[in-house]
Amino acid sequence: MSYAVDVNQLEVAFGDLRAIEDVTVHVNYGEVVALLGPNGAGKTTLVETLLGFRAPSAGTVRLHGLNPTRDHREVVARTGALLQRGGVWAPMSPRDVLRLSASYYEAPRGIEELIALLALGGCARTPWRRLSGGEQQRTLLALALLGRPRALVLDEPTTAVDPEGRQVIRDIITTERERGCALLITTHELDEAERLADRLVVLHRGRVLIQGTLEELAGEPEMIVQTSGPIDPAGLAAVLGCSVTAENPLELRCAVESNPERIAKVTNYLASLGLSMVSLRTRASLEERYLELLGDERNGARR
Amino acid sequence: MTIRRGETLLLTVGIPVTLLLFFSLTHVTTNPGGPRVDFVAPGILALCVLSTSLVALSIATGFERSSGVLRRLWVTPLGQRRLIGAKIAGVLVTEVIQIVVLSLVALTLTWRPRGGPAGVAEVALALVLGTAGCAGIGLALAGRLRAEVNLAASNGLYLVLLLLSGIVVPLTSLPSALRRVVIALPSGAMAQSLHLVLGHGVAPTGADWLSLGLWAVAAPLLAARTFRFD
Repeated sequence: MSYAVDVNQLEVAFGDLRAIEDVTVHVNYGEVVALLGPNGAGKTTLVETLLGFRAPSAGTVRLHGLNPTRDHREVVARTGALLQRGGVWAPMSPRDVLRLSASYYEAPRGIEELIALLALGGCARTPWRRLSGGEQQRTLLALALLGRPRALVLDEPTTAVDPEGRQVIRDIITTERERGCALLITTHELDEAERLADRLVVLHRGRVLIQGTLEELAGEPEMIVQTSGPIDPAGLAAVLGCSVTAENPLELRCAVESNPERIAKVTNYLASLGLSMVSLRTRASLEERYLELLGDERNGARR
Repeated sequence: MTIRRGETLLLTVGIPVTLLLFFSLTHVTTNPGGPRVDFVAPGILALCVLSTSLVALSIATGFERSSGVLRRLWVTPLGQRRLIGAKIAGVLVTEVIQIVVLSLVALTLTWRPRGGPAGVAEVALALVLGTAGCAGIGLALAGRLRAEVNLAASNGLYLVLLLLSGIVVPLTSLPSALRRVVIALPSGAMAQSLHLVLGHGVAPTGADWLSLGLWAVAAPLLAARTFRFD
């Protein structure tokens, strides 16, 4: 199978420091993959290696089956990229820079179409240095879309963007996926990843900690019950016939799939204790799972 | 873009015109003979190449690199060759404007260039080779150093080369050992060539062409091998 983004056993070293180690990641056309990880996890190094800023120390990187170092021009002609610390000449407006950059592509998208799509109409003539962070980010995204890319590599696309701008960017990501574009997005914002991505890859200290769909990452099914007062987990465990752990005195994680019968059992049990159910979730949020994974990894590293 | 930036306009036109007027109309440097402008004008033309192709190009490129402009261009199909080609074209257009402006100012100061039609070709070749060598040095600095360090290094180099290239201080005023070093510099060989052709109607020496040729090849190659877009 031919992937849009195909990273195999990648290693990137800076002298003695291995920034990326044994990383394997694939992105299909028409798929959004979110690359998550704390600062220094290697997300930006991976993106920069994909875009040919540096050659791998070991392993292979391919975009559209091409080598981004050797076949750089063909790779970037088919790939749109939004980089951290990517800039524009300060006196140029979004319209100026789009017009100039359109001349680099054989069949660019229409400039006015992109200005409308990215909601840049109000600042199309404003010099780059006077644009807000969100307007600059949307201009960079418009530049990334200019060449009708088959893959988009977006490094922190919603950073410093206001809620309205975020919605514009989310809509574009969805549209591009529907168009068949492959999208690799790095982000710190887990709710963005949860909302947009088909699959998630968690990087930690240059290695892939875990990857899969949201459901796969969420782990075994569970009911997370928040109660109006503290209860003994053992009592609820006996009622449900499964293990129950207390996250805190008011929140219990029951290792069992949620269904109406079990919900009724929990509600009745709580009522018998003079308590009520404040909330019920059927699985941990991505943020909880992510923090749990990183916590396990750190604890493992300490041991 | 060059014309829009005030500091670049000052460096590329303001300073050379001021220096031409100052050294032609005062007696602060020794004069190898004849009207002062006949010595000063060829040197200032060499200075224009130095200021545009080395200093202005280097500083602008350094700031483009630090502000992320080059990072972004790297991920477009523009390509290194077209980017460098565009930069060289910009430098050459600026130099033509500089040469026209300075020649007009010098002619009003009674400059009488020598050399004839053959001299024009020799001057053009020396300017092109000097531009390639200086641009290579400028891009090599801009492609590796932080923008602020590059700014200081380029301006420092400009000052040293201005004083040590026979541009405003005649080579005959320098110690003989230093003269050999001057000819080994791209700006020195270029200034010497322009002085010989435009001041005396004599062709540049083999050593001048050798120095200019080597710098014109080696410096851009060094820049191409070491340049970083990020």
